[in-house]
Amino acid sequence: MPEPLFTVENLQVEFRTDDGVVHAVDGVSYTLEKSEVLAVLGESGSGKTVHARAAMRILDTPPAFITGGSVRLGDMELLTLDEEDMREVRGSQVAMLFQDPHTALDPVYTVGEQLIELLKARRRVSKREATEVATALLGRVGIPTPRERLKAYPHQLSGGIAQRVMVAMAVALEPAVLLADEPTSSLDVTVQAQVLELLGSLVAETQMAMVLITHNLAVAVGLADRIAVMYAGRIVELGPAREIYSDPKHPYTAALLRSIPDIQIREERLPAIKGAPPNLLRPPTGCAFHPRCPLADDRCKAEVPPEVEVRPGRWSACFHADEVTR
Amino acid sequence: MTAGDVLLEAVNVVKHFPIKDKVFGSSGVIHAVDDVSLQLHEGEVLGIVGESGCGKSTLSNLFMLLEEPTSGQIKFRGQDISTFSKEETQTYRRQVQMVFQDTFGSLNPRMTITDILTEPFTLHRDFLPKDEWNGRVRELLARVGLDPDHANRYPHQFSGGQRQRICIARALALEPRILVCDEPVSALDVSVQAQIVNLLKDLQTDFGLSYIFVAHDLSVVRQIADRVAVMYLGEVVEIGDEADVLLRPSHPYTQALVSALPTADASGEIVGSRIVLSGDLPSPANPPSGCRFNTRCWLAQSKCFDEKPALIDRGTGRPAACHFVTSEPPTPAHA
Repeated sequence: MPEPLFTVENLQVEFRTDDGVVHAVDGVSYTLEKSEVLAVLGESGSGKTVHARAAMRILDTPPAFITGGSVRLGDMELLTLDEEDMREVRGSQVAMLFQDPHTALDPVYTVGEQLIELLKARRRVSKREATEVATALLGRVGIPTPRERLKAYPHQLSGGIAQRVMVAMAVALEPAVLLADEPTSSLDVTVQAQVLELLGSLVAETQMAMVLITHNLAVAVGLADRIAVMYAGRIVELGPAREIYSDPKHPYTAALLRSIPDIQIREERLPAIKGAPPNLLRPPTGCAFHPRCPLADDRCKAEVPPEVEVRPGRWSACFHADEVTR
Repeated sequence: MTAGDVLLEAVNVVKHFPIKDKVFGSSGVIHAVDDVSLQLHEGEVLGIVGESGCGKSTLSNLFMLLEEPTSGQIKFRGQDISTFSKEETQTYRRQVQMVFQDTFGSLNPRMTITDILTEPFTLHRDFLPKDEWNGRVRELLARVGLDPDHANRYPHQFSGGQRQRICIARALALEPRILVCDEPVSALDVSVQAQIVNLLKDLQTDFGLSYIFVAHDLSVVRQIADRVAVMYLGEVVEIGDEADVLLRPSHPYTQALVSALPTADASGEIVGSRIVLSGDLPSPANPPSGCRFNTRCWLAQSKCFDEKPALIDRGTGRPAACHFVTSEPPTPAHA
């Protein structure tokens, strides 16, 4: 069998803090093929962002250390690549799109300067060619009057336009894999819809694979082929997006689905998940979700449930996967 | 629900912020809130929704006396609050309390929970004799679902959801009539959001409170609001009963806002077509003439550029500021 396009295997990341060691990412594995969109869904502290920053090797070390596992592009191992080669990989093969465009763009350079600099440095093209490509890119991401916008400074852009500029920069070198970290979370809903459409059409057009990191289940279902649900540093459920939505096999996913308010239904009481996400300095024993889980028994308190393929293509890390109902 | 008397009211409220550029000398005004009139009744939850820059937070700040209106009045029980004496203002401040989005920013990290919850009593000296303060702190903590024995801990020792409970307890300390909640759950994880919404609903019923509930998440607003006002670029464009506004929106902007929420049916199929608005929010320093939504509206005609639509009932049973609202909502051009 040929190597998958992008492989994350048993990735381990820990933060060494004054208060102790936090296993922020604790054995994350998945593969990704061309044109595929995998949503990594999780709440704050689930490790969804840290896993992507680890894959890009842009974590702050210390306190963060990659302590195990493998991240491969085809058969190329990224975690052991020397820094110079890794710089070549970033952007041109694996690119990242950040949540907040205004902190990711340099405020003292114009959009054009930043985009043209990127193209000149990495594509080794003349300034004139770079300007042409930059203009075309801004047009491609739906920015009206792209030639004018090249002269704009980031603060002159609205959130939606700034995020489009970020998308243009992320795909400028035609990466094979795009790691999009909450790409629409800082945007207003009407603008969110525009950026999601743009990302979807870019995937269709360029065949790049995308990891969509999000806390928003509706966004995940809307754009992703598959969803990986993360909780306390692990993937607790993985499978086709619509199946995860309609027939969850992990109690956390099911509880999350129930607790999301629906505009169609006004509930007397929202079905909340009791408690709070765990403090990873002192993680619960056994399954990290057991203190909040309605199905938990003694075994869940003692043993960490392994990821099991409950149906072809459907994985769940729960001893009670069969008993889960939506 | 049956609405009680008008408790709090905005009457033609305008808030403009002057822009002064010291270096280049350019100037202008930001039209943050423009001619907004709305009423909060006794025992009611009024949702205010809209995107960033629509003026919803400025409006809350005006209610909280954190800003003064450029023109128009804020009235409490029929009386203009700008005419209040010092004592009346103090009473108003006691009766109208606020819950913020950012729980880290609104809790002093160097104060214990007891310090935080007794601070209101130090500002309102006559409210409670000092020997009753600690008992009241325990009572407040229990009421918002926290362990009263944790009163001597510091904010960082609590999770985001617990910190919001502390903020709510502080807002309740002086037994207010009104809570102004500015995005109270939007910084919280989904699994915790529902707990806080439930808590706010319980408190509202138990104490007969009235809320102004400012939020951008329409699904959350649906769970708690009795009426909803939709704001766009400083103006109210539609206001009415929550189910009418959120399920049968009549203003094109409300329709776009509702349709932008991706919703899936039980099988995970995305349902309803999304109206993708073109363009961005225009600058509030230079709002479009005529209808402010005309730059992004698929129904816009020349009338919309010439004439500002009044916020009146055009046969849909509730006011909407659109020339082309009919009792049959227009079919939007779906993307």
